[in-house]
This record gives sequence, C-alpha cells and structure tokens, in this order.
Amino acid sequence: MALEKVKQVSGRGVFVPGADIDTDRIIPARFMKCVTFDGLGEFAFYDVRFDTEGNRTNHPLNEERFAGANILIAGMNFGCGSSREHAPQSLRKYGFDAVIAESFAEIFNGNCTTLAMPCVVASAADVAALRAAVEADPQIQITIDLETQKVTTSAGHSISITLPESARDALTAGRWDPIQELIDNNAQIEERAKALGYVA
Amino acid sequence: MGKSLFQKVWDSHTVGTLADGRTQLFIGTHLIHEVTSPQAFGMLRDLGLTVKYPSRTFATVDHIVPTINQDAPQDPLAAEMMQALQKNCDDFGVTYFDLRSGKQGIVHVVGPEQGITQPGTTIACGDSHTATHGAFGAIAFGIGTTQVRDVLATQTMALEPLKVRRIEVNGNLRPGVYAKDVILHIIRLLGAKGGIGFAYEYAGDVFDRMSMEERMTVCNMSIEGGARCGYVNPDAKTVAYLNGRPYVDMSNFEATATRWLSFASDADAVYDDVVKIAAEDIEPTVTWGISPDHGVAISELIPDPANATSEIEKQSIDEALAYMKLPAGTPIKGVKIDVAFLGSCTNGRLSDFREAAKYLKGHKVAAGVHAIAVPGSQIVAIQCEKEGLDQVFRDAGFEWRAAGCSMCLAMNPDKLIGDQLCASSSNRNFKGRQGSSTGRTVLMSPVMVVAAAIKGHIADARELFDFA
Ligand code: SF4
Repeated sequence: MALEKVKQVSGRGVFVPGADIDTDRIIPARFMKCVTFDGLGEFAFYDVRFDTEGNRTNHPLNEERFAGANILIAGMNFGCGSSREHAPQSLRKYGFDAVIAESFAEIFNGNCTTLAMPCVVASAADVAALRAAVEADPQIQITIDLETQKVTTSAGHSISITLPESARDALTAGRWDPIQELIDNNAQIEERAKALGYVA
Repeated sequence: MGKSLFQKVWDSHTVGTLADGRTQLFIGTHLIHEVTSPQAFGMLRDLGLTVKYPSRTFATVDHIVPTINQDAPQDPLAAEMMQALQKNCDDFGVTYFDLRSGKQGIVHVVGPEQGITQPGTTIACGDSHTATHGAFGAIAFGIGTTQVRDVLATQTMALEPLKVRRIEVNGNLRPGVYAKDVILHIIRLLGAKGGIGFAYEYAGDVFDRMSMEERMTVCNMSIEGGARCGYVNPDAKTVAYLNGRPYVDMSNFEATATRWLSFASDADAVYDDVVKIAAEDIEPTVTWGISPDHGVAISELIPDPANATSEIEKQSIDEALAYMKLPAGTPIKGVKIDVAFLGSCTNGRLSDFREAAKYLKGHKVAAGVHAIAVPGSQIVAIQCEKEGLDQVFRDAGFEWRAAGCSMCLAMNPDKLIGDQLCASSSNRNFKGRQGSSTGRTVLMSPVMVVAAAIKGHIADARELFDFA
C-alpha cells in the first residue's frame, strides 16, 4: 500500500465560529446509525446548519460564497468529546482536506491524521487574522505547508503553525495509515502475545 | 526508581517502535459494539485482512438497542446495524453477547461483569468511555474506527506514550457525596482539557475505600477531563470482584492474582504531575452548562459571566447559559426538570440502582416529570428485578426499561423532546447529546437524580434524605 505523501494542502478556507466544538456538534449522534461512512458528509454540522424545522441557518457553511472551501478554520479545543471517527469522516466526506485551529482534542487529531487530513495549530491572533481574511475575501488561496510548518495565503499572510511531530512525519512521509507497518511486525506481535501469557 | 502501573503495562505490551516514533502497543482485549465496528470490518474486508486473535475480541450491542421490546427495533437502520454486528462476529469468530445471551448490555458494564476486564492488561474499544475498565488497573483506551480495524487485523495499534498524573483524594467523603461527585469535582477543578496528554491515576484513601463499581464511575469520566485513560491500582477488592467470573482463568487463581497485583504502581513511582484534593471539600456536584467541567456544588450559584476572569471564560459562560436557558448568578438548586434519567455506563450498575432505590422508596416522582431507569446490562436488570428494585422504581413512577445506553446519547428511541431539561446520571452534557438539538442535560449522581425526580427540580438530596 503506497500512501500519498501529504506535504501541502491548498485551497479556500471557511471559519466555523465557537470554542470547544465537540464531535456531537460536528456530527450529531443520530446520524451515526450507519454501517459505512459514505454519505456522512451531508450531515456535518447539521444542527448548526439547520434549525429545528430543517431550514438553513445563516451558518458560514451555508453561505454560497464559502461553497467549495476545503480548509476548515476554527477556535479552541476543536473536536473534543467523543472518540467517534464519524466526526472526522463527516468532515472529510463534506470536502475538507485540513483543519486550522487554536487547539485540537487529541483523539480527534489522531483520527484526522489517519484520514490524511492534517490538523494544524495556529495562535489565536493568527486564526483571527485568517478568519478576517477569508470573510473579507472567500476566494483567498490558503496553503498549508507541513514541511516548513507555515500557512501562507494569496493575501500575503505567513503564519507559523504546529502539529505533533509524529503526525507531521506520518503525513509527509506517506505513513499516515499505519496498517501496513503494523502487519509487517507480525513476528514481534506473536512474540509479545506469547510473553504476555494471557493471550491464548 | 519505581514505575507506575501505566509504565508497567505500557512496557509489557510494547511490540516495538514504528518509523514515525510511535509505539506499536499490543492490545490484550478488544471490545466492540454495533456503532463503531461495522465500518472497521468493512475496511478489513476491503484490504483482504482477517481478525488476528478472534478470541481476544468481545462484542455486544448497546447504543441503538430499544429499551422497550429490546430485540425489535422499529428503526430499519438500527436493525441493519444489529444484523451487521451479528454477521461480522459470525464471519470472523468473535464472541458476541447478543440480546438472547442474557449477558448483553453497555460494553463497559459487560466487560467487568464477565471478568474480561483484568488488571495489567491493555484494553481498547471504539468508544470514548473505555477508560471505565481502568478501575481494574487496566490501561484502557477509547479508539477511532480505523484503529478498531488495526486492532482487529493485528491486535496492536500505534500510540504515543502518555504522561501520568496522580490524583490523590484523601480524607472522608461527607454523607451524600458519591463517586460521581468526586469525578465531577475533579473535572471541574482540572478542566475538560486539563488531562490532555495524560493518563490519570486515581489514588488515596477515598479510592481505596471505593467499591469496584464506584471506581468504574470515576474512571469512566476520565475522558471528560481530557485524559486518554484513567485507572485505580488493583488491590484485594479488585481480586475479590474478579474471583469466579466467567472469563477469569480459575486454574491457578492465586498466581493470577499475584501477577495482577504486581502491576500496581510502586511506592517510589515517579509521576509527571501530582494533584491533591481533600475529600471534605467535595459537595454533591451538578453541571450547569454544556461541558462536563461546567460544574457547581449543589449549594452554589450558576456562574455569572460578569465574574469571568477572561474574555474566553465569559464567552463560554454566555454560550452555555444561552443554550441552557438558565439565569446567571441564581441558585442551581430549584431549576425545574422535565426528565430524570437513571442509567448509562457511568451509573447504570447494580449498586447505583440499589442506592437510588434505597432513597426513592416511599416517594413519588413529581407530576410532569418523565422518569426512566435503564439498567446497564441484562445481568444488572435481572439482579435488580430479583431484589425487587424494579418495583420500587415503578411504584415511584419511574419507567423500568431493558438494558442499553438509552438516553445517554439517544441513538435509540429514548430522546429528550424540544428543550426539555434532564437530570441525568450519564457522563456528557454536550449540546444535543440526549437526542434533541435543544435538549438540556444536567449531570449528577443517581441519588441526586432521584431527589430531582421527586422534587421536580434540581434538589440537594441531603435535604430530602437522611444520610447519617
Ligand atoms: S452509556 Fe453513554 S457514554 Fe456509555 S457507552 Fe453508552 S452511549 Fe457511550
């Protein structure tokens, strides 16, 4: 399995307001009744995109000018809550390729990396600047460079970003899905199982 | 230099170091349920892989199970998920505690009940509350679906090591203060993000004195404090609880018990952080907002954004109060409730129902309150029924239901309607958590749920009941 090396993500951004956006908000639990992840995209952020009558709200994701944006910009502690992978999967299926936020919940971050969707951290001031920039001009091109750990935009921003070194390495080296490497160590796995004694 | 339990378990389960620097960790026990496993089995089939150690994976069905007519979901999607789990377990030779087994229940209730959860082991489950199993001195992680696939295929997963924070609670809990209050208090103190990057070790005489079920309540909510896992060191109580359970090898139990106990943290273990809390400082604690760290003692006021110490805090209080439709700076006691929910993997065990029934007996649920009691497993349900607890709940005006997650996250028909406010013994008060996008959740201990149900509003159980 040769995986794509994710060194850069480019595209347009959209800011989703709020701190502590949890996985229930990203994908409400009632949409988790599924046996495949296909089709989860349309339910991303459902309860903030639609009111209780099913009418579209004025959420940024409903705004025509942000249609096609593939980089999500958010505040603090994005993706907190449940470990369910439905949340990153729904964002991925919705069309996002990366998330820039002030901070991320750990499990969510790990789950995103495994889907080749980088989660990068920028300062509150830089997130605010990016937000202002995309809201002023949604057509701005944003490039996240995982090697230089910078976000640059066609409007001239150059912002430092961070992400866990393991995630950066996994993405840029095309190792974001660890399954092959795990399988390759089969002999050591069996040795460990034997040594543990409780694995029949 | 001594080692903590976390380090001992981690070291003994390390297969090797991966190219990205992460550890390949052997997962001794894998628990699965219907919501997060079908996609993983799908990935396995796509890749032409099989389950490496089928005897180390155990399945049950909990999230989507109706609690009235358990095995007849009206919802075709729920039925499809149940069928998928059955088929996957059949195809790959995985043990499945299905609805007819008499052993079905919430995965975190079933594991300990069956003796599958054991000290010194690693446990993974595609569910955030897997930390529950840490009550036995296991290192138990909630994982994503792709990791479920990894564990199925290789019985291992890639992980970064964690730091360990020892949380010591010493002294005597005051009457009417429960394990749930202890963990709500800890989360309130350290924050919902305070535990990021950490495993929590719960230590001190309060946890030493707790029953295994109380320890499970505490460990269950580790994730709500941001910790990846939480545990209590195994002791004589742990051994006594497991003695004779179906999945415990009884052939040389003494040696097994000695091995289990050897995983307890050494007296001179080194920690990355130590937090000390006095048991006497803990009051019955309830939440007022939309994050588990939005907690207050029952005697306190709902926070006022005007007293916030930062703009971020102010915004977060504003947002929470707007959602909860609660007035700032007023007592939390007296807030009207619409629904009372007793159950979940936090507080859906036998001791929870016994304790709740003890105080509920002879009282009635207030008019206009919809109260449901949902046992955490079929075994819990049967035991409660044997003891006549179901009748106590029924007589008081509770609905007595069949086992499942139920209104904890409302993937089955048990849901809040509109902006109903629910006094809940579960673990999450996120927006929309209980099945209505405007529904409101107030977390509390089972006895406080009962008190709220009787009064029709959030109440201090100590003013209703005699806790001498
Ligand atoms: S009871 Fe609630 S928290 Fe526990 S496993 Fe079920 S849904 Fe998750």
